[in-house]
Amino acid sequence: MELVLAAAIGVLVGSGVWLILRPRTYQVIIGLSLISYGVNLFIFSMGLGKPMLGLPPILEKGEAGALGIHADPLPQALVLTAIVIGFAMTALFLVVLLAARGLTGTDHVDGRESGS
Amino acid sequence: MLDEYLLLVLLLLPFLGSVAALILPTDARGVNAVLAGSVALAGLLATIALYPAVTNGGVVSWRIGWMPSFGLDFVLRIDGLAWLFCLLVTGIGLLVVIYARYYMSPDDPVARFFAFFLAFMGAMLGVVLSGNIVQIVFFWELTSLFSFLLIGYWHHNLAARDGARMALTVTGMGGLALLAGTLMLGHIVGSYDLDAVLAAGARVQAHELYTPTLVLILIGALAKSAQFPFHFWLPQAMAAPTPVSAYLHSATMVKAGVFLLARYWPVLAETETWFYIVCSSGLITLVLGAWIAIFQQDLKGLLAYSTISHLGLITVLLGLGSPLGAIAATFHILNHATFKASLFMAAGIIDHETGTRDMRRLSGLYRFMPVTATLAMVACAAMAGVPLLNGFISKEMFFAEAVEFHQGSLLDRSLPYAATLAGAFSVAYSIGFMHRVFFGPPPTDVPKVPHEPPRLMRFPVEFLVVLCLVVGIVPALAVGGILNTAAQAVVGRDLPYYSLSLWHGFNEPLMMSIIAMVSGVILYLLLRRTLESGVEGPPLLRRLNAPRIFEAVLVTVSWRWARTLEGWVETRRLQPQMRLLVGAALLAGVAPIATHGFGSRQEWPIDIDAPFALLWLIGIVCAIGAALSAKFHRLAALVLLGGAGLVTCVTFVWLSAPDLAITQLLVEVVTTVLLLLGLRWLPKRVRGHDGDESTSIVARLRRSRDLVLAVCAGLGTAVVAFAVMNRPLTDSIAGFFLERAYSEGGGTNVVNVILVDFRGFDTFGEIVVLAAVSLTVFALLLRFRPAADSRQMPEQQRLQNELDEAAEGREAGDTVADALLVPSVIMRLMFPLIGTLAVYFFLRGHDLPGGGFAAGVTMSIGFILQYMAGGTRWVEARLRIRPVRWMAFGLLLSLVTGAGAWVFGYPFLTSFFQYTDIPFIGEVPTASALLFDLGVFALVVGATVLMLIAIAHQSIRAPRVARSPGAQPPPVGSETGGR
Repeated sequence: MELVLAAAIGVLVGSGVWLILRPRTYQVIIGLSLISYGVNLFIFSMGLGKPMLGLPPILEKGEAGALGIHADPLPQALVLTAIVIGFAMTALFLVVLLAARGLTGTDHVDGRESGS
Repeated sequence: MLDEYLLLVLLLLPFLGSVAALILPTDARGVNAVLAGSVALAGLLATIALYPAVTNGGVVSWRIGWMPSFGLDFVLRIDGLAWLFCLLVTGIGLLVVIYARYYMSPDDPVARFFAFFLAFMGAMLGVVLSGNIVQIVFFWELTSLFSFLLIGYWHHNLAARDGARMALTVTGMGGLALLAGTLMLGHIVGSYDLDAVLAAGARVQAHELYTPTLVLILIGALAKSAQFPFHFWLPQAMAAPTPVSAYLHSATMVKAGVFLLARYWPVLAETETWFYIVCSSGLITLVLGAWIAIFQQDLKGLLAYSTISHLGLITVLLGLGSPLGAIAATFHILNHATFKASLFMAAGIIDHETGTRDMRRLSGLYRFMPVTATLAMVACAAMAGVPLLNGFISKEMFFAEAVEFHQGSLLDRSLPYAATLAGAFSVAYSIGFMHRVFFGPPPTDVPKVPHEPPRLMRFPVEFLVVLCLVVGIVPALAVGGILNTAAQAVVGRDLPYYSLSLWHGFNEPLMMSIIAMVSGVILYLLLRRTLESGVEGPPLLRRLNAPRIFEAVLVTVSWRWARTLEGWVETRRLQPQMRLLVGAALLAGVAPIATHGFGSRQEWPIDIDAPFALLWLIGIVCAIGAALSAKFHRLAALVLLGGAGLVTCVTFVWLSAPDLAITQLLVEVVTTVLLLLGLRWLPKRVRGHDGDESTSIVARLRRSRDLVLAVCAGLGTAVVAFAVMNRPLTDSIAGFFLERAYSEGGGTNVVNVILVDFRGFDTFGEIVVLAAVSLTVFALLLRFRPAADSRQMPEQQRLQNELDEAAEGREAGDTVADALLVPSVIMRLMFPLIGTLAVYFFLRGHDLPGGGFAAGVTMSIGFILQYMAGGTRWVEARLRIRPVRWMAFGLLLSLVTGAGAWVFGYPFLTSFFQYTDIPFIGEVPTASALLFDLGVFALVVGATVLMLIAIAHQSIRAPRVARSPGAQPPPVGSETGGR
């Protein structure tokens, strides 16, 4: 379980890093999205204790929860925020990308085709 | 009690007056002068009223908590020394205001002048009245700033701007050094309170940080008082209006430096280091300033160098570290302010009435303005130290100190000679001033016919000159008490005996005075030819232009070196920067592991859950596929990205995070739509076309390097994630939230309770960010201008339209309108269902997965589907969504809900909850957090819809641009023109 999740995080981050090092703006935006999946999972995994599976995320009425019996809500709250902000960032970046492409005529990250 | 209020009034009044002056009409000289004069007069009266409280070592202070947690108080404190300075600042301030009323031209924006002037007066009073050493630095910097504004008052004048800039740079840098020194001093003493600092002299001097502290504070003080090697800014500041020079550069601001030396005298003085630094700097300044002053051709230049020299004298006296020296210094501060302010004002009158202050053009003015000439000559004599004038007495005290103080070092032994030399120089330049300006033939080369100034313009000069005479003839009677009070505050203990009288018998100081007088006269006679030949600046030193050296250093450091450094390390290209960033992140990640290891490794299990592994096999293929196809197959990359997102989403469900899964799924949908809308504006890219350089060796190498980086980053994250997941579960603050989510937040969905209740303020910040982003997106797109090759209608649509036109009975656009007809009907029908789902998500959020975010995104998906099904025009003909209003409503609702807690006396965003039974729906949790969540919901709907619609609108705007370029410009963003 942990191994698979760790590998998944690694692949998401690795693919994302590869893409943000590319010269085309669209590659960078896809890369950022992949990295944010990876990072969200990474933050989320911080709250995964043993056992990883089957912990209830929702309390019973009137119940006081405890760590180890319920799923850790803190990383979840953080990641929920991160997902929404990640969306906003993607939108902003997309628009900047489009504006830059309109202004410069190219979709290179530097605003001009590079020789090297 | 009254005294404390007087202190407060004394400090606040000038600042209030400054603001008032700004409101007054800008050309009302009279009103402005009356205002400034009343403020100065009130300050003067308050100062005089405070005198009884400060005699015999008395101190009045007023304090209020400033940052109590840091033990900092705002303290106003007045003692004898501060009182003397208050007298100078307000008294000379009043005289200068009267003078400035006539000096300033009606064309000058006088309101600004008096506003700066009063603000400066307030800052200066702040420096001397501060009872907290950090506060001193604050007002100290304020004086630098306002003096900058005053020197640069005639900002159309290049010299004024340069002079102001240099003054600010030098005194500002000094101020920074002073700040550092002050903080160190406070650290040594353990308190920033001035009383505590003044009482800790022995402790400070024994401390190992004494020397650096001393050096830093001295840099600040010496820079302010224009002492060598910081002396060069003062002559440049003479570009200021003369009232400013008379006030700032004789009586007040430059005296702030010696004030500080006097203020810290009990704490820092009487050590060898103090003696060597302060005395040598003062002595060099004293002699050098006087020497350069002889060779000035500009009246104000002469006075500026003379001021530098006299400040040097005061510095030497303070540097000696003897109580008698401190007394003489205090006395000379007073005397110098009197005669130098009157001389500056006299020089201003000469400038004002003749149109020039160049001594090469002036001569014989005595016959045109006998009164002013007489006054100026008396003041000059005081400057030269002629008997019966105040300058003589303090100079005698200086000579006496120079002779009598014996520490034995070379510096000490050379003091009497240097003092006599400087005395001779000052006699020479004073005679030069008098003789060259007032005697000789009438001037031939002056712009105006000289005459006496208005009566009141001359009054301040008259008053000060009378003071010079009174103090010079009956010193003990005139200022004995004041001097005693002030000097006692400087020395901080009982004063040794000193005699304040004109005649001490025929002794060494008198001998030195006579030698200085005689040699000064001879020196002037010898140099007269040279001076009248019109050369500016002294021989030998003429080429050593300190301001120019300073400028050169400044340019080298701040521009040339900065450029060179930038050339080495900067790049304007994104990719190298990203590589650096990733590389740095990698190093930062590896470093702690390399030094500390992973901890308990033996527990690492390798168990693989087959379905989960299979799931992620798909996810991994999607991620890598997206990475590979993002360049040439954007749509495919987007689909694969969505695949990876879905797998992430399933993972959240799998691992007990339903809220995350819902949000991820919904956001996934919106992101995909968003990116799809963007695809249309990107350039066509086909493998092997448009200069595809992917096969060159350089490109291969670059890609290999990036691949290594990417693999390292991925591996690193995976290893860290694996290690973290296998660590023993530690106690975290999560326990707190789990325990109290129901009892205090009233919800069973802990994640939602955290978001809307416990950490509601964070969520509020987040929705503000979301609102800001969507408005930014909207604003950016208002000015959007697509690239030339994206302006035409997409090829597919064009072909379809051509077919339509060719076919019988069809119009262009019919095929496009009919595309996906069945799905679009379904999509339209979905609208109410999706709306209901959003409400459902919203209402259950507090107890079950859902909440404002999820509901908001769901609702916006509902709207977007309508756009996709019917097209932008179809939807907007039927449904007006006003996303900005949704956002405003949401933001306000959240804010009001949060602020509502204040009404009940709770902190911002404290929530209240109970369960309400609504018919047919059942028991619904109605917490005030629900209202907050409603705000979140509305804002998310508004923001998401605004962004998506803004991008969608570009498609219906662009073809119009393409069809009629120039004839009908696009509504916005057209100013950049077509290419």
